[in-house]
Amino acid sequence: MRRAASTPWLAASAGISLLVLAPLAALGVEASRGSPGLWRHLAAYVLPGAVADTAILLAGVAVLTTVLGAGLAWLVTAYEFPGRRTLDWALLLPLAMPTYVIAYAYLDILHPVGPVQTAIRALLGFDSPRDFRLPDIRSMAGCVFLLGFVLYPYVYLTTRAMFLMQSASLFDAARTLGVGAGRLLTRVALPLARPAIAVGLSLALLETLNDIGASEFLGVRTLTVSIYSTWITRADLPGAAQLALAMLVIVLLLVTVERRARRARRYANAAQHARPMQPTRLNGWKAALALTACLTPVFLGFLVPASYLVQASIARLREWGMPEAILTELRYTLTFAGGATLLTLLAGLAVAYAVRLAGTGRAAGIFLRTASLGYAVPGTVLAIGLLPIVTGIEAVTDAGARATVGQSTGLVLLGTGLAVIYAYVARFLAVSAGTIDAGLERVPPSIDAAARTLGAGAGRRLWRVHLPLLRPAIATAAMLVFVDCVKELPATLLLRPLGVETLATHLYGEAVRGTYEDAAIAALLIVVAGLLPVIALARIGRRTSAADVPDTPGWL
Amino acid sequence: MTLLRPLRTILAAVSLLFVAAPASAQELNLYTTREPGLIKPLVDAFTKATGIRVNSIFVRDGLAERVQAEGQRSPADLLMTVDIGNLVDLVDRGLTQPAKSAVLEGAVPAHLRGADGDWFALSLRARVVYAHPGLGLTSITYEQLADPKWQRKICSRAGQHPYNTALIAAYVAHHGEAAAETWLRGVKANLARAATGGDRDGARDIAGGICDLAIGNSYYVGLMRGGRGGTEQQTWGSAIDVLLPTFEHGGTHVNVSGAALAKHAPNRANAVAFLEYLVSDEAQRIYAEANYEFPVKPGVAAHPIIAALGTLKVDTLSLTDIARQRAVASRLVDKVGFDR
Repeated sequence: MRRAASTPWLAASAGISLLVLAPLAALGVEASRGSPGLWRHLAAYVLPGAVADTAILLAGVAVLTTVLGAGLAWLVTAYEFPGRRTLDWALLLPLAMPTYVIAYAYLDILHPVGPVQTAIRALLGFDSPRDFRLPDIRSMAGCVFLLGFVLYPYVYLTTRAMFLMQSASLFDAARTLGVGAGRLLTRVALPLARPAIAVGLSLALLETLNDIGASEFLGVRTLTVSIYSTWITRADLPGAAQLALAMLVIVLLLVTVERRARRARRYANAAQHARPMQPTRLNGWKAALALTACLTPVFLGFLVPASYLVQASIARLREWGMPEAILTELRYTLTFAGGATLLTLLAGLAVAYAVRLAGTGRAAGIFLRTASLGYAVPGTVLAIGLLPIVTGIEAVTDAGARATVGQSTGLVLLGTGLAVIYAYVARFLAVSAGTIDAGLERVPPSIDAAARTLGAGAGRRLWRVHLPLLRPAIATAAMLVFVDCVKELPATLLLRPLGVETLATHLYGEAVRGTYEDAAIAALLIVVAGLLPVIALARIGRRTSAADVPDTPGWL
Repeated sequence: MTLLRPLRTILAAVSLLFVAAPASAQELNLYTTREPGLIKPLVDAFTKATGIRVNSIFVRDGLAERVQAEGQRSPADLLMTVDIGNLVDLVDRGLTQPAKSAVLEGAVPAHLRGADGDWFALSLRARVVYAHPGLGLTSITYEQLADPKWQRKICSRAGQHPYNTALIAAYVAHHGEAAAETWLRGVKANLARAATGGDRDGARDIAGGICDLAIGNSYYVGLMRGGRGGTEQQTWGSAIDVLLPTFEHGGTHVNVSGAALAKHAPNRANAVAFLEYLVSDEAQRIYAEANYEFPVKPGVAAHPIIAALGTLKVDTLSLTDIARQRAVASRLVDKVGFDR
């Protein structure tokens, strides 16, 4: 009876994971066309450096986002100090800042002819940058710094939820045993938070790995950049596909290793009705220190680049007024992102609920993981894989429509923006499926059993029991996916309909041309459009104070 | 038939979603890797003159892949891109068709179009050297960029960028692969910072004292000095001298922007009309005035800011010979670790 109930959900789940798998399979086909001599060339001249740079970048961003994300999460949950309530959500703001924007903004601000160094020279009495200069931001260190300061919110979000969830009794017990505040963090809180840190960190690191805007701009040549030059400069798409798939395999291996290592340890299950930890009040210089520690990342990751954008936008508005098409672009951005968010949630819900219904069945779990693969490949690579799939679907639809109603449907996906939405769903399903799956895991199975005894079928149980309980998790997933969609560039650029610009493609077009002030308004609107959900996200987090904040992407 | 009614309704609903209007006689679909702001003046003037509406999409990476995937149903009429390598690539993939037109053949010199009319150059740009005015430099050759006296004094964008691979390919075509490798190693040793960013960053970095020389395209000088990028960029543009370098036994390396008719163009005649418009005196002047590029059509003057850079002595190599060395150039960039 249980199996029967889960069958339609399993079928839906299989269909969804097939849709995500399709572009990767297309890449596989492309890769199999072969690229003679590529790997010898890569192994000799490219891979040693690219692998080293990728590893250093990932390690640096990992350290920075963990220290910032987990440290700040601990500060705002374990202590009470002036401004804590505001900072609690303000610390999420950098999430709205696209990496390609922050890289450009900081180069401008910190360049020898920019405002900071000009002021320093004036202060020290140097006339020319040829006499005195600070080190260039276009370096590995600069890249780690910038990515770290916009990506730490992923770790902060997951870890804070975990800290809020942990029963205070654990900390009380540790305190009774004479454990001081510092050791409480390192010996009790952090080990307990490890799964949460791992989840946030994996999101941050995948963003880092797949980033092309910031790292290339700052001169850091990662494997992703190698994929690009193989494809673009040498017009060798099969080679690029091989490289991308090899990278995907390595990512999956690393994720599996981490997952196994975590499973080898046992984690206390968070109690359902845990008494939250009472924050310790900080006073005097300690409070000032905590406040400074929290303000710094908000300042560097959000306020500085945001005020740069505001200032550049004002300059543009004064000189030329509002760019004419910007409201249309905003509308397209919101339509694509909104539609994709809705579909991503529905798909994520189906995939995660199938796991719930199928219980320990392996198939549902495999579908969940497959459906989450899109997040682990660079956006453009996924988009290129999608092209033959999308046009294949169009060919079938077209033929079908001609045969039945005698009307051509033309480019029913590429021509309508549905292709962009498909790309968003395929890419960000990991976020929604993972978050909803984690939310479902917190609902005790006894509730399902009770509802079943009362005669409720699978659909009714979802509607009447799980959906109300899942509301915070779904809202969180919605916000994260929406912000990601608004910021998304490569797939939007390649797959949007003729004559359509979104904010991100407008920004890119202007930035490539070097008319940065025109770009600033679009960038600012992207940040604002992403900002509202981030603030909402923080409110959700506070209201329900725990059980719902993003969790495991499916493959974790 | 009743079963088909809902299907029809759905189809009607879907077609409402269509952003691009269905094909009509008076329109044309343009796929371009050139930025929207850059081609807008040309498109507007064309529509005004002919009444033909231009729907365009700006795609960077993957333009060829998209057209290829769309296949016979592709709405693309005209493919527009920069760099000879990209143009030849479109032709080699079989995504284009020849255009036969006396107007085009009359306006574009033979060495700036494909033999069968399968691509046409529309504007030219020179790969020049920006120099710190304090040096008082008046001339330089590409070969001299590898001179150790410029150690850690040169700024450049990524070696893998088409503008640079084309220049390196030209070097290979002139001097052979081995000599090109030695030269590229020398230039690499002279880099003052990571090879990254855009050409304008080179000018800014000269202003910021990071380097003395930078490699960049000619039209950026116009874009900066002409004030289109704001006052900040004007200061970068005035912080540099501009030299027109040459090969030792040749001229200045130029590259093209160009276009090709799409193989399955549904509005072929309109696309040819647009191509013909693009090589008209009026459009060629827009290229020169708005984009600071060199016109391809003999007799149309460059923008005064560009003309003031000096007399352009175009290199003798043919563009297709350069395009042929592109893969070699790209491999050399990896081999000497230029972008590392």
